Amino acid sequence: MSQSELTREVARRAFASEFNDSTYTFKESDDERAPNYALLPTGDRANRVFIVGTLTETEDVGEDSEYWRGRVVDPTGTFFVYAGQYQPEAASVLRDTEPPAYVSIVGKPRTYETDDGSVNVSVRPESIAIVDEDTRSRWVVETAERTLDRIEAFEEWEAEQEAPESASTAPTNEYAQMARERYDSPVVNYRNDVIQALESLEEIEDTEATA
Amino acid sequence: MSDVRQHADDIHDQFSDHIDVSVDDVEDRLTTLVDEYKVPIDEARRSVTNHYLEEAGLDREDLSSGSSEAAQVEDVDEPEQWIDLTAKVIELWDPRSDSVAQVGLLGDPTGTIKFTKWAKSDLPALEEGGVYELRNVVTDEYQGRYSVKLNSTTVIEELDEEIEVGDDTSEIEGALVDMQSGSGLIKRCPKEDCTRVLQNGRCNEHGEVEGEFDLRIKAVVDDGIDAHEVIFDKDATENLTGISLEEAKDMAMDALDTTVVADEIRDQIVGTYYRIEGPTFGRYVLADDVEELDGPVDAEQLLIRARSM
Repeated sequence: MSQSELTREVARRAFASEFNDSTYTFKESDDERAPNYALLPTGDRANRVFIVGTLTETEDVGEDSEYWRGRVVDPTGTFFVYAGQYQPEAASVLRDTEPPAYVSIVGKPRTYETDDGSVNVSVRPESIAIVDEDTRSRWVVETAERTLDRIEAFEEWEAEQEAPESASTAPTNEYAQMARERYDSPVVNYRNDVIQALESLEEIEDTEATA
Repeated sequence: MSDVRQHADDIHDQFSDHIDVSVDDVEDRLTTLVDEYKVPIDEARRSVTNHYLEEAGLDREDLSSGSSEAAQVEDVDEPEQWIDLTAKVIELWDPRSDSVAQVGLLGDPTGTIKFTKWAKSDLPALEEGGVYELRNVVTDEYQGRYSVKLNSTTVIEELDEEIEVGDDTSEIEGALVDMQSGSGLIKRCPKEDCTRVLQNGRCNEHGEVEGEFDLRIKAVVDDGIDAHEVIFDKDATENLTGISLEEAKDMAMDALDTTVVADEIRDQIVGTYYRIEGPTFGRYVLADDVEELDGPVDAEQLLIRARSM
């Protein structure tokens, strides 16, 4: 059993709006094989993510060999998913699936710098599965809860920072601190995205109830 | 109650199991130090405690900081807590060191925990199958696993009652994010009591053998906070996938390849939400009770929380 299996990385839950803002990546040690993490703006590290959304478009953007790009939409934005010859199973799902379809994806965050200097964040899938609407709703609720937990921890930490007399007893939140140093957008934005995502579920319920 | 009286009460509680002393005696000693000799109460308490330690022939480490609390096995989640347990001795093991009088496993309805009884504590022997009230035991932790230590202040009382011992079961709710190698249709060593999974027809212990087919799944269920490794045995795998061992063998026969079974299972389960209940076994959870989470979810509570933040 390899070392990586002993310390398997958790698949974080984040909405597209937050994931796409996770442009800063880092390692925890100098070891060449140390895992890469994307820094979530609400203050956590993500080496792996689990996302569920609607696959709306697939396209083979490869030149010499197949390289599939999929757009996966959640209530807050769009995940970009890229799978090539080193992800044969995921690539074949993108090749064979007729959009629109609900999909769940386990994958790794990847960043690349565009010509104009901005950083894009995408998902390199480990697996893609076709799922149903209930799974998608469950993911939205679960992701909302995890995101609120992160925001709460972030704000708690922030409040302690602003009260210097309690500084010695303040809880440490390494990744909240890192996020405040690296990113500009306030975490309240992500809370608004959570509300929007949850409201979109409620609206579906209401339409179904009146239908 | 006066401050001194309260301290006297605390000290009395710590020693009442060991020496015959009244609260009034303790209070007198404290009052003398505080009122006559103007010693601060903390220092007075320390001094009086030391006096009784000597009288009882105890070490300071043997004393709890306050009175110990009644607890159950599942409550043990940090080291150096003083607790009272009512538990059954499930097993006694052979002590590996002369400093250990007895070592074994205790259980109560909420789970099981290892215990160690030191030789120097000079406590009565516990018997396998006996149920005891153990007052003043201290918790310990080693590599994430908890145990309790019986020490010279521990009071052991045998109870004439039976208690049911529970498993260390855990319940996980999350997405099945990965199926690991060694899943699907596998072959096990047929030698008695071996059951090792064969690698390319070979058993690690018995070499090349004619294996026996079995079904199992090793999967990772992830709730976004922790990644749990879960094992589904043959029955759990059949229930989860609807593929019986016989059908799996037929599938493999038709394809001349056993991996088709794993592929089929993977397609069915990866990316799906489950609630899984079962005993923990090292870092694995054995899936006893599995439920696919495919019902509707409630967003309202979270929406209220989000709006009030």
